[in-house]
Amino acid sequence: MGKSIHNENKEVEFSAIPENARDHSWDAVKPFTIALAGNANVGKSVIFNQLTGSDQIVGNWPGKTVERAQGKLHFEGHHIEVIDLPGIYSFSTFSMEEIVSREYIAFEKPDIVINVVDASVLERNLFFTVQLKEMEVPLILCVNQMDLAKKKGIIIDTDKLQAALGVPVVPTVAVRGEGLHELMDEAVNITQKGAVVKPAALEYGVEVEDRIKRLTSKIDSSDLEFEYPSRWIAIKLLENDPEINKLVASKSPPLVNQSIKLAKEIEKIHQEPSFSVIASERYALANKIAAGAQIQSKMNISFSERLDQIATHRVLGYITAALVVGGLLLWTFIVGTFFSRILSNAFSFFHPVNPQINGTVVAILWNGAFGGIVAGITLIIPFVIPFYLMLTMIENSGILTRVAFMMDSAMHKIGLHGKALIPLILGYGCNVPAIDSTRILETRRERLLATFAITFAPCAARTIVILGLVAVFVSIWWAMALYAIDILIIFILGRLALKVVPGESTGLIMEMHSFKVPTISVVLKQTWTRTKSLIYIVFPIYIIGSAIVQGLYASGILGPISIAMAPLTVEWLGLPVFAGILLIFGAIRKEFILLMLVTFFGLNLASVLTPVQFIVLALIGMLYIPCLATITVLTKEFGWKSAAIISLANFITAIFIGGIAFRILNPFF
Amino acid sequence: MSDNEKISANIEEYLEAIYKLSSNGERVKNTKIAKTLNIAPGSVTQMLKRLDELGYADYSQYKGVKLTENGHKLAKKITRKHRLLERFLYDILKLKKTVIHDQACEMEHSLSDDAERALCQVLEHPDQCPDDSELIPECDLKFTNCDECMKRLNEEVEEVGKRNKNLISILNLKNHQKGKVSFIRGDYKVIRRLLDMGITIGAIISVIKIAPLSGPVEVAVRGSKLAIGRDIACNVFVDIDENKLV
Repeated sequence: MGKSIHNENKEVEFSAIPENARDHSWDAVKPFTIALAGNANVGKSVIFNQLTGSDQIVGNWPGKTVERAQGKLHFEGHHIEVIDLPGIYSFSTFSMEEIVSREYIAFEKPDIVINVVDASVLERNLFFTVQLKEMEVPLILCVNQMDLAKKKGIIIDTDKLQAALGVPVVPTVAVRGEGLHELMDEAVNITQKGAVVKPAALEYGVEVEDRIKRLTSKIDSSDLEFEYPSRWIAIKLLENDPEINKLVASKSPPLVNQSIKLAKEIEKIHQEPSFSVIASERYALANKIAAGAQIQSKMNISFSERLDQIATHRVLGYITAALVVGGLLLWTFIVGTFFSRILSNAFSFFHPVNPQINGTVVAILWNGAFGGIVAGITLIIPFVIPFYLMLTMIENSGILTRVAFMMDSAMHKIGLHGKALIPLILGYGCNVPAIDSTRILETRRERLLATFAITFAPCAARTIVILGLVAVFVSIWWAMALYAIDILIIFILGRLALKVVPGESTGLIMEMHSFKVPTISVVLKQTWTRTKSLIYIVFPIYIIGSAIVQGLYASGILGPISIAMAPLTVEWLGLPVFAGILLIFGAIRKEFILLMLVTFFGLNLASVLTPVQFIVLALIGMLYIPCLATITVLTKEFGWKSAAIISLANFITAIFIGGIAFRILNPFF
Repeated sequence: MSDNEKISANIEEYLEAIYKLSSNGERVKNTKIAKTLNIAPGSVTQMLKRLDELGYADYSQYKGVKLTENGHKLAKKITRKHRLLERFLYDILKLKKTVIHDQACEMEHSLSDDAERALCQVLEHPDQCPDDSELIPECDLKFTNCDECMKRLNEEVEEVGKRNKNLISILNLKNHQKGKVSFIRGDYKVIRRLLDMGITIGAIISVIKIAPLSGPVEVAVRGSKLAIGRDIACNVFVDIDENKLV
C-alpha cells in the first residue's frame, strides 16, 4: 500500500484509508488506489457505486471537513481502493472542492486517476483533463455517457482521443455497467506494466509554452522541493494562482518575481492578462482535441430539450418548480400515511401497544423497546422510503438545476443564488448531508446562510412528526399548510440573517446538464443506501431510547421536570404538562416527540391532545433546535459559536411561532 | 468626426435620453423624449433634426428617432460618465439618492476620459447605478478585462487606445443571438470563474433564454449550456459583428 502511509506529516489530513483496508497488504497481489475525478455530474458516483457495490464508506476529514466517498473493489484477484473526488471544473482555488481535490491528487498520490468525462460535452470536460495531465498523474480517460452523446448526434472516436491525449481512453455507459470491466482491465494493466499508451505532449501556443518551459527549468534548477510537478507550478505561477504564489513565495521569492516578469511578457504580446491567455489557450487545446475526435451529425430537438423548454418557461417553469417541491411532499404524505395506517393496523392486531408503567423492570423495558420497534416500522419505513425514492428520482433527472435556474432571483432575496436551492431541497431529506452539500456554494458566508436556512427545512424526521401528529390526527391539508408556513419562515429568517451577516453575494454560474431518465437500478440502490443508513442509526436509538424513556416514566422522575417547564409549555404554548419532557428528548432526535407520545399513550393520541395542540407540537418539532447530528455537523463546519447561534435562533423561532399559533388557531377548531 | 468638434451639453443630454429610451432597440417617439427631458415637443423636434444633420441620429417625423453608430457611441460614453458619477456621489460622497441625478448631469460633461477611468477604478468597476439600477455601460478602452486596467495604471488612456467595436452585454442579446466575448468586467475572482467555465476572451457565446423576474441567463458556450446569474451576465460583453463570429 504505502501511499497513504508516508504522508503523516502533511498539514492537510488525508489519513483516508481505514485501518481494516490495510489488512490485505501482505496479499500476493499489491493493492492499489484509484481516484475518480472530473466535472460535476458526469457519472463519477455512478461508476463509484457500480465498482464498489454496497461496500461504501463515507469518510470525514477533520479540518477541511470535506466528505468524499471511498470504497473497496476486488477485481480479478486485485484489491482496489476507489476514491470518489468531488466534481470540479478546474484546479483554481475558489472552492474548497477544488483545493481539496488538487491537494489529494498531489499529496496522496493515488496510483491511478480515472478522469470521468461526459461524452456529450467533450470540450468543456477536456479542459479539466488537460489540467489533470499537467498534474502528471497516471491517467485513464473514461468517456462516460456515450449513449447520451449518441442521442445528441455525437460520435466519438476514442482511438483518436487516445492518440491526441496520450492516455488510455475507455468508453462507458456507467448506468448500465457497460465498459467498466475494460476500465478496470486498463487500470490493472497500468499498475503492472506502467504507461501503456504512447505519451503525447500537450503544449500551449509558442509564446506561452516558451515561458512555461523557462520557468519550469528555473524551478527544476532551484532544488526546491514541491509536492506538485515543476511544470504545473510554473503554469500556476503564470496564471497568478494565489495559493501557489503564496507557497512559492514562502520558499523562494525570486522565483515569484521571475514569474511576474514572464507573465508581463505574455501580457505584452497578447494584450490580455496572462491567466486569461492561459485559460483561453487551454480551452483552445481542449477544443482541438475534442473537434479532432468527434463527429457531430445533425441534431434533432430531443425530448430532453423539449422538457427543458417547459422547465424553464416563464410561466410553466414556475409551475414545474412548485410541482417538484410540492409534489415531493404531497407524494410522501399520501403514500406515507397510507402505508403507515396499514402497518399500524397490522401491528395493533398483532400486539396492541399500550404503555406499561407497572410490573417488573424487565417487562417495562421490554415493553418500551417493543414500542420503539413498532414506532420505527410504522413511522420511518412508510414515510422515508417513498420520500427518498422520489427525491432520488428528482435528483437524478436533472430537474433540480432547472428549479435552481427559475428560483435564482427569489434566492437572491435571501443573499444566495439559485444553486443554493439544491442543498435546501436536500434538507427536506436530512439536514446533515444537505449541510455537507452546501460545499457547492462559493464562499463561507453563503454556506453559512444556506445552512441556516437548511436547519429550518423539515427533514424526514420532522416530516414524520408533522405527519404522525397533524396529517394523521388533524388533516393532510393542515400538514401541507405547516410546510407553507415553514417556507415563509425560511424566507423571513433568511432576510434577517442577511442583515446579520452582511457581505457581497456571489453570482450564479452553473452548468445546465441534459435531462436524464433516471435508471431504476440506480434509483433503487440510492434509495436503499439512504434508507439503510437512517435505519441503522435510528432503530437502535428508537429501541434503546424508547426502553429508557419508559423506564424513566415508570420511575416517576419525569413528572417534576415537566412541571418545572410548565410556564413555557402550558402557559405560553397551551400544551399539556407532559410536553416538557417531549421537548427535552426531542432535542436528541425529532421523532422522539412522537415516539414518546406513543410510548406513553399508545397509538390513539387523539384522546390526549386537541387538534390545536397537535399543530403547535408539530410546529415546535419542525422548528426548534436542530437534532444532535445536525448540531454536530454545524459545529464541525462552522465552529461552536455559529452552531450555538443557529440553534438558539431555531429555538426562539419555534417557541415564538408556537405561542402565536396557539393563540390564533383556536377559532379554527 | 474629430474630437475637438464642440458638442454642447445640450446635445449630450438628448443623446443620453435617447440612449436610455431606446434600450429595447426600437425607435423613440418625440413625445417620450419631451416628457423625459421636460421640454416642449416643438423644441424637441428641432433638436432631433439637428442631431440628424450632425450624423448622430436618424430622425423621421412619424417614426421617431434612432441613434446612428456614432451617436450611439457618444451617448453610451456620456451615459457611462453620468452613471459612474451617480455611484461616486452616492457611495463615496454619501449624497442622497434624490439629488445625485441632477448633480451628475452637471458634472458629466466636463469629466475627462482619464478621470472616468480613475473613477471606475476607485469604485471597483461598478455595474449598476444606485438610483434606478440601470446598467452602467462598459468602458471604451482597449482592455479585455478590469484586472488588466488595474495592472496598467502607468499608461494613460491615450496610450491604451480605444476599442473600435461596439460591445453589448449578453443580458441585452436577443434569444439565440450570438456574440464573441470581448470584455469581462469585474475582479479577478469573477473573471477566473468565468474563464474556468469556458467564457474566455474570444469564445463564441449565444443566449438560449433569459429567465423572467430578473432571473439568470441561459447561454450556450463550447458545446454546453450554462446558467449565469444576471449580476454576472451583465458584466460579460460581446461583439456581435457578424463577420467576426467564425
